[in-house]
Amino acid sequence: MDLSDFAEEISDSGPVTIAGMSTRGGPVPGVRTVMAPSGVDWIKPEEMTVCCGAGTSMAELDAALDLVGQYVVIPPSGTVGGALALGHSGIRRLGNGPIRDALLQMRYVSATGDVVKIGGPTVKNVTGFDLCRLMVGSRGTLGLFGEVILRTQPRASYEQWYCSTGDPWNLLRSLYRPVSVLWDGVRCYVLLEGETRDVQAEASAHGLGSCDPPDLTRLVHRWSVPPASIQASLALIDAQPGGFLAEIGVGIIHLDDVAPEQSVSVQVRDLHRRIKQNLDPDGRLNPGVSVIGTQSAMSEARPI
Amino acid sequence: MKKAKVKDAPDYRLGTVIAALREAIGSDAVLTDSAERALYRKDASNMEGRTSVVCLPDSTDQVAACVRIAAEHGVAFVARGSGTGLAGGAVPMDDAIVIAVTRMNAILSVDTDNRMAWVQPGLLNLDLSHQIGHLGLHFAPDPSSQQICSIGGNVANNSGGPHCLAEGVTSSHILGLEVVLPDGSVTILGGEDPEPDGLDLRGVFVGSEGMLGITTAVCVRLTPNPPHIATLLMDFAEVDDGANLVSDIIAAGIVPAAVEMMDQLCLVAVEGYINAGLPVDSAAALLVEVVGLEHRVAAEVAQITELARRRRVRTIRTAADEAERALLWKGRKSAFGAIARIKPNYYLHDTVVPRSQLTRVLQQVYEIAARHELAVLNVFHAGDGNLHPLLLFDKREPGIMERVHAAGEEIVRASVDAGGVLSGEHGIGLEKRDLMGLMFSDVDLEAQSLVRAAFDPHSLANPHKVLPSPATCGDIHQIPEGAWI
Repeated sequence: MDLSDFAEEISDSGPVTIAGMSTRGGPVPGVRTVMAPSGVDWIKPEEMTVCCGAGTSMAELDAALDLVGQYVVIPPSGTVGGALALGHSGIRRLGNGPIRDALLQMRYVSATGDVVKIGGPTVKNVTGFDLCRLMVGSRGTLGLFGEVILRTQPRASYEQWYCSTGDPWNLLRSLYRPVSVLWDGVRCYVLLEGETRDVQAEASAHGLGSCDPPDLTRLVHRWSVPPASIQASLALIDAQPGGFLAEIGVGIIHLDDVAPEQSVSVQVRDLHRRIKQNLDPDGRLNPGVSVIGTQSAMSEARPI
Repeated sequence: MKKAKVKDAPDYRLGTVIAALREAIGSDAVLTDSAERALYRKDASNMEGRTSVVCLPDSTDQVAACVRIAAEHGVAFVARGSGTGLAGGAVPMDDAIVIAVTRMNAILSVDTDNRMAWVQPGLLNLDLSHQIGHLGLHFAPDPSSQQICSIGGNVANNSGGPHCLAEGVTSSHILGLEVVLPDGSVTILGGEDPEPDGLDLRGVFVGSEGMLGITTAVCVRLTPNPPHIATLLMDFAEVDDGANLVSDIIAAGIVPAAVEMMDQLCLVAVEGYINAGLPVDSAAALLVEVVGLEHRVAAEVAQITELARRRRVRTIRTAADEAERALLWKGRKSAFGAIARIKPNYYLHDTVVPRSQLTRVLQQVYEIAARHELAVLNVFHAGDGNLHPLLLFDKREPGIMERVHAAGEEIVRASVDAGGVLSGEHGIGLEKRDLMGLMFSDVDLEAQSLVRAAFDPHSLANPHKVLPSPATCGDIHQIPEGAWI
């Protein structure tokens, strides 16, 4: 994919912001706006990799991958680049892994207007520093994403949501690698996938009845806590059943209200400042956007 | 370019530095004797550097004290685990202080419900899995050196292993790190919570080969032991058939727990070593393992068997019990020891190619070795395209090392030309530092340097590794023996 036009548009001076589909907060208002190239460049099912423009919609990417029975662990809304820039994993993280594991290679445009390649195109690679991990969740403050190569996974032949009023931690302990265990204070929602007979046997052994997936529409805020502290955290903010959905075994709590700020050490703040200073000394990329302290303000519109 | 500067021996500062280190961590934890120091000049590569003093701290505070002293005196330092790295990553340059964390080998806590544990960096990889085995859990990354390599080293190299095909490499199993930064301060990167505020500094630290600081505690993700396991050994009259089957399996939507390949020379060497009844008259064999719930395992075994038949598989041996499974894996993991039956020395390479290119690149590997009149043996992680050609030689033969290095570089270039990468799991270290340009432009490398500089503005943490640096190479006053540079 040719990124020269994209790089030229970004150029090497002046504030610039990037827009996708505005499902995750949109571009910085009042700043010159660019959009990343879109479109699926190639899919290699036997490599389990896909290459696409960062501006590609998740709907388009999902549809293209569906044709070969594969998917990427990126929550399905907005653009690929937007999802990676925010770095929030979907509710299948427990079984399918975090979004940060999906990015194998990226080409982004730096503050100097150069196209920079990080990572590599193969599923396994330790050549140089892992800057892909740094870019996921960087909110367009270190470089504007142009093109990505992502790791895909095969779709399971069968998946089903189940409900239970049992103890969520008992379910987490005894189910074999569930995809998701969510708890709203009263009910558990469990997503299982695999061979049909295995899934049904697991469900029946644990007294699970099939049901619809949970509704997260109102729960637009998220709070990241150690999974062992979910109950203590909920007690701390006096969360009421129905007002939250906790990802058991993971530690994300979806809330209908703004989550408490997380604490960040002085050393980590310092590292953030120096990384930004080194990669974008003039602060021209997505000016004003901070990657610290805005956790709950920029949530997914549709977290599933 | 700066004029080359030849530094004097560690001179006037050294006495002060050693005194400060002894004061901070105790005299018995500071090694200065030349014979003792000599043990820390190398790792498992064939490169050698030089260290002025070796520290053996037993706590985070002690590591921090050592690093603070290094920073105050502007002396380089190198973190070291078991020293099993194959790319020279732990070889000390600039008479660096070696900070070996081998005494820090405890499991600090285990959370069985949420499947995570805090461990110290000197803990050996396999010791972790053994000590938590009774909980039905294990640490998924399983490098072939897992009996002797440390978790801290796994973090530094983002290590892989046979079972990383389905489970992912080390980074996918590291939740948080307590680190000592190059200025001697201590902090946590990442953590037990899944989305700590800010950038994924944990992610960039993993695989940074000791150049961003020193890990002093690691929060690892633990993986439940599978209820069912099927282990198959399949052999082929043609290497191509085995290599092509790898892509067939993945394209069919199956991601086995492991897919390992051994070529004939490897099978013969290993069979002579362990007598496991390996198919020594075949050109290649695949060791395939599928795990999970009962019906899934059965379905995948059936599918793989059918795909293998289409690739003219000669025999399929299924491990009947845990003992036979262990024997087959012993065959795979004994390969390096078995090589001594053929030649006294070997050079192990590590590149990755797209799975679809395995057949072509393997052919090139055989051609390159033949052209340099070297024996080559292949035993590798075929499932993720991670090649491990072993060039076999006798280093007493005059001029042999030139041929070994020339063949090695050609193999690396062939892999990159095929759309692959320089290293899949061993890292860059010194070995491949000057080949980084095969994959990255100057602009790409500058981005990596800038991130490094954000963590370590004075380049004291494991200097001269990973990033080629024409502007400073004149400062290197010792070229390690065995390096390509």
